[in-house]
Amino acid sequence: MQANLTVRRYDPDASPPRKWDQDYSLDVLDSFTVLDALIQIREEIDGTLTLRCACRASICGSCAMRVNGRARLACKTRIAELAPKGERLLIEPMGNQPVIKDLVVDLDTFFNQIKRVDPYLKPDAIPEEGEFIASGDSMTNLLGVMNCIMCGACVSDCTVLEVDDRFIGPAALAKAYRFAGDPRDDQTAERLTKLNDEHGGIWDCTRCFQCVEVCPKDVAPMDRIMELRDMAIESGNRNTSGYRHTESFVNSVRRHGRVDETRLAVDSLGWTNVPALIKEAPIAINALIKGKLPSPIPHKAEDHKAIQKIVEKAEGKS
Amino acid sequence: MKYAFYPGCVARGGAPELYESAMAVLDRLNIETVELTRASCTGAGVLQEKNRKLGDILNVRTLAMAEQLGLPIMTICSTCQGVISQANHAVQTRAEYLEEINAELADEGLEYRGTTVVKHLLWVLLEDVGIEKLRDTFVKELSGTNLAPFYGCYIVRPSDALGLGDNPQRRTSLEIVIEATGANVADFPGKTACCGFPILLINQENSLKMVSKHTGDASDAGADAMVTPCPLCHLNLDGYQPRARKNNRGDSADLPIIHLPQLLGLAMGMDHKKLGMQKHVVSTKDLVRQLSSEAAG
Repeated sequence: MQANLTVRRYDPDASPPRKWDQDYSLDVLDSFTVLDALIQIREEIDGTLTLRCACRASICGSCAMRVNGRARLACKTRIAELAPKGERLLIEPMGNQPVIKDLVVDLDTFFNQIKRVDPYLKPDAIPEEGEFIASGDSMTNLLGVMNCIMCGACVSDCTVLEVDDRFIGPAALAKAYRFAGDPRDDQTAERLTKLNDEHGGIWDCTRCFQCVEVCPKDVAPMDRIMELRDMAIESGNRNTSGYRHTESFVNSVRRHGRVDETRLAVDSLGWTNVPALIKEAPIAINALIKGKLPSPIPHKAEDHKAIQKIVEKAEGKS
Repeated sequence: MKYAFYPGCVARGGAPELYESAMAVLDRLNIETVELTRASCTGAGVLQEKNRKLGDILNVRTLAMAEQLGLPIMTICSTCQGVISQANHAVQTRAEYLEEINAELADEGLEYRGTTVVKHLLWVLLEDVGIEKLRDTFVKELSGTNLAPFYGCYIVRPSDALGLGDNPQRRTSLEIVIEATGANVADFPGKTACCGFPILLINQENSLKMVSKHTGDASDAGADAMVTPCPLCHLNLDGYQPRARKNNRGDSADLPIIHLPQLLGLAMGMDHKKLGMQKHVVSTKDLVRQLSSEAAG
């Protein structure tokens, strides 16, 4: 079959540095992955094409790049699946990380994020003899997250990192969960408070599912971030608008069966946070003028008593 | 065609024009609805952060009510669609979990067997109405208008719960409907990104950067308006666009954010007041004028 690839290239040594799209067409086997095709281009068509790869078997995490706008491992992406009729594939370097040349990005961005969460166990004392023993059961919650191969696909497509490079990012937060959830760690509370308080911490995730979708190893970083939020709250961190937002939401569903949007806004900003409330007033007034300010008396679900019973039981309040 | 209708909190709260336009359009399409007035909020993913099982109980309750009626559910909100689909997927793939959830619903005499289909209006148009039949209801050709699609995260991810593998047309459904109206698709990379709504009250700076980036990129791509099947995206992209554009691009809000049913209603030649086009923060006046000056098709 024929493969048609457009590669978004970058040459830092040209003056000025040059960025361009280059088309390649080549005959490939039906079994070819995007990586197989790129290697064939480099060996037979264009020796200047630069990419990073090693194992070719979805283990090393070296060949993450964007294929048709989405981060993937090139070695795990079959051409026949994405372009069965020879449709043109767009190959780009990963996003949210500086490009060194062609498809190779600078991994410092990724590893600096990982380093921010102290990715190692912090026990208070070492065992007098032998090693730390953790039961199998106490580690099962970490099995998924330990599958991370540090490829950077989640960082590439994170919608928060796209607008804020101070966000710790999905890979590092999944890594933070890996240690905060480890029974041998003695600094869990400190880890959680730091992740709760710092700019770019656990509350900045938008829950957009992008990292879950692109992860080639089903690590589901977003789910780990939600676990970290829960753990942070459980260990007493209740000073964030994120916490107030979630609490207010659950209370609203308990009381009305539905969301009380006005109350949610005031609760999240904080009833005593006068500057923030004043700042939002023009938005509310504008909505009122346009006839779309939600009624202060929320529209209740017909069966809100039955819903209340369910919420109270599940939240342990009855 | 008949559906158990799940409008969602925002259509009944902060975006009443969505409910009004949806009802008008469904009527024109001869789609019958039974509104699920006893159903709860889906939890929108927020409630699930605190208690995922509670979210699943509430959504399976809604699914069971539709199952009792023997009807598929229709949503008009990407977030509702995604969150109910996730709950449905969780119990459909794990029989023991379904049993656990059903135990919580026994008090109300409800039991879910796992058979309810949940479809956003956007998918109903493609899969049940059919694009040709839909086109037959259009009396106005919107050619010459450039419309940018904006999906909302929960109708495109996670793909397994949303059945995107079995229904690949869902990935480009919004573009298909825009093209059916005769309008041009103003494509831009952010169409499946996050609008920033979930962190609006938590990190407004980042939320506004997202609003500014996506509305600005769509404007730069020549869009006259943006179309979304998600009212949460609408609230942020419309309501906060003036502040976002001023803070981050130093320009003014110029991109009307219209709901999917409003687009359909305009193509069906409905009165723009009936569609609630005046209930937008970013004015739709120029758009409405542009559309009404074009010849009826």
